[in-house]
Amino acid sequence: MSIITAPDPTTSAVDLQRQGERPAVVKYLTHCFVLAKRSLIKTMRTPEALVDVTIQPVIFLGLFTYIFGGAIAHGSQTGYLQFLLPGIVGQTIAMASISLGSNLNSDIEKGVFDRFRALPIGRSAPLVGAVMADVVRYLILLIITLGVGMIMGFRIHTSVGAALGGIGLALGFALCFVWVSVFIGMKARTSGAVTGITMLIVMPLSFGSNVFVPTNTMPGWLQDFVKVNPLSHLVGAIRALFTGGAWGTDVLWTLAWMAVLLLVFAPLAVRAYRKRV
Amino acid sequence: MTATIEAAGLRKRFGTTQALDGVDLYAEQGTVLGVLGPNGAGKTTAVRVLATLLQADSGTATIAGYDVAKQPQKVRETVGLTGQYASVDEDLTGTENLVMIGQLLNLSGAQARVRAKELLAWFDLTEAAGRPAKKYSGGMRRRLDLAASLVGRPSVIFLDEPTTGLDPAKREDMWDVVRNLVTEGSTVLLTTQYLEEADALADKITVIDHGRVIANDTADGLKRVIGGHRIKVRPTDPEQLGRVATLLTRIGTGEPEATGRNTLTVPVTDETVLPVVVGQLADAGIGVTELSLHLPTLDEVFLTLTGKATDDEEVAA
Repeated sequence: MSIITAPDPTTSAVDLQRQGERPAVVKYLTHCFVLAKRSLIKTMRTPEALVDVTIQPVIFLGLFTYIFGGAIAHGSQTGYLQFLLPGIVGQTIAMASISLGSNLNSDIEKGVFDRFRALPIGRSAPLVGAVMADVVRYLILLIITLGVGMIMGFRIHTSVGAALGGIGLALGFALCFVWVSVFIGMKARTSGAVTGITMLIVMPLSFGSNVFVPTNTMPGWLQDFVKVNPLSHLVGAIRALFTGGAWGTDVLWTLAWMAVLLLVFAPLAVRAYRKRV
Repeated sequence: MTATIEAAGLRKRFGTTQALDGVDLYAEQGTVLGVLGPNGAGKTTAVRVLATLLQADSGTATIAGYDVAKQPQKVRETVGLTGQYASVDEDLTGTENLVMIGQLLNLSGAQARVRAKELLAWFDLTEAAGRPAKKYSGGMRRRLDLAASLVGRPSVIFLDEPTTGLDPAKREDMWDVVRNLVTEGSTVLLTTQYLEEADALADKITVIDHGRVIANDTADGLKRVIGGHRIKVRPTDPEQLGRVATLLTRIGTGEPEATGRNTLTVPVTDETVLPVVVGQLADAGIGVTELSLHLPTLDEVFLTLTGKATDDEEVAA
């Protein structure tokens, strides 16, 4: 069998030269979208990889509402759900960031990224594309958590605008926070190590926060940590935007944290990616 | 002719391992440069430097006149790379893999699909086009990987051990592809552990060992470097080996060596001694099952150049 069944591949019906005219920014964004689409195709082909944004938030909602809720809120499980749901959104966003770093790490080990690095595209495009695709996972997370929460009795007491603002803030925060996981994904040797290390960061952040209980129930030294914890500010902001209360300070703190996370960890991640052999 | 691939004094160290210790490479347009060496010789490191995936500690390299360190994007526009491990995305189908590469090379979606279809047909993957690459056989994966490196019609193609792990028939197919690419004017740098492969494809062969170039010549030139013709004799009756050895010692320019089961090989001055050997064997009444006059094989070349047989004891680079 000869595998040469057509004229050779150096001649082609496609004119490869004609495309070089668009501005560099447009090309870069196009490359990011193409790479985001690749990630999405992979996600859709392995739906079991969505467990952390579908089943996990539901388990936490049920667990804390029905098992711990009665004790925490002195019998009022529905009342506790009002408090808990915005917290679960924050917690699962942090947990769901783990998989991206771990996936990127195994992608690099498999050699797929060698192909990208050998192409004349922006060095950061493969990472930015992967983060862009993660938006879909966070959207699924928000829809599932809010949907199941509503079935369980959660109600939004503010306006549609405020609720959408809360959802937007959550998505934005997720896309900044995930760079921590991407950075670890570039640095760690194996994808298992990525999961382990990121978990070590996510666990204290999600439990040392106002996710499950109000800050003023904790000892003073812990309150100091909880009050600077970015997740506390995110959850505080979402809580106010969903169920009422003053949201201004928390939203500002959240936006500030988003800027810090993005400006520190995105460049670090890209640098680590470029250095990785 | 101008150099399409030119590297001078490339050095690269990983921790305590000097992967490249001053490597020079040179290939003219439309030729195949074979880079030959055992595992861990530094072949892959050299390719990764030339493909801009790795920065050398020192030394310079240009591809089609572009400096790999200073103009990496230009080099990436020029080069197609096929890695040692087929670097296709396993979860994507053949078509999706190639369309993605096309779009990353700034083709429109429609153009990228046309190009993908062309390449899939060329590599006999049309039937498998819609299946995820993880369902492909090893040979199919290699072909898809090579197709991916050709999407942008690169004028320079790096093939890093393209046939490692392929069965012999598939290897011949891959060789046909390489020959075809060169016919169309592409320049190919091929790394291989198979001496036979470099002999079959390469215009020039650079032999690398422990990060250093130990020889650089044509296949025939290499064979000449380490001596002239050899005569190999295998007597039908192993009892006659002693008499054959005496006979060959008289005729040859060195001591006869045992090269395989009941076989003796001796270097000779030139091909005119063959009839003499035949005549003397006949006179002595020694029957032979094998009698040949040949240039040294590349295996023997490597043995002579490095003082040891090709080995795999090094860590893969």
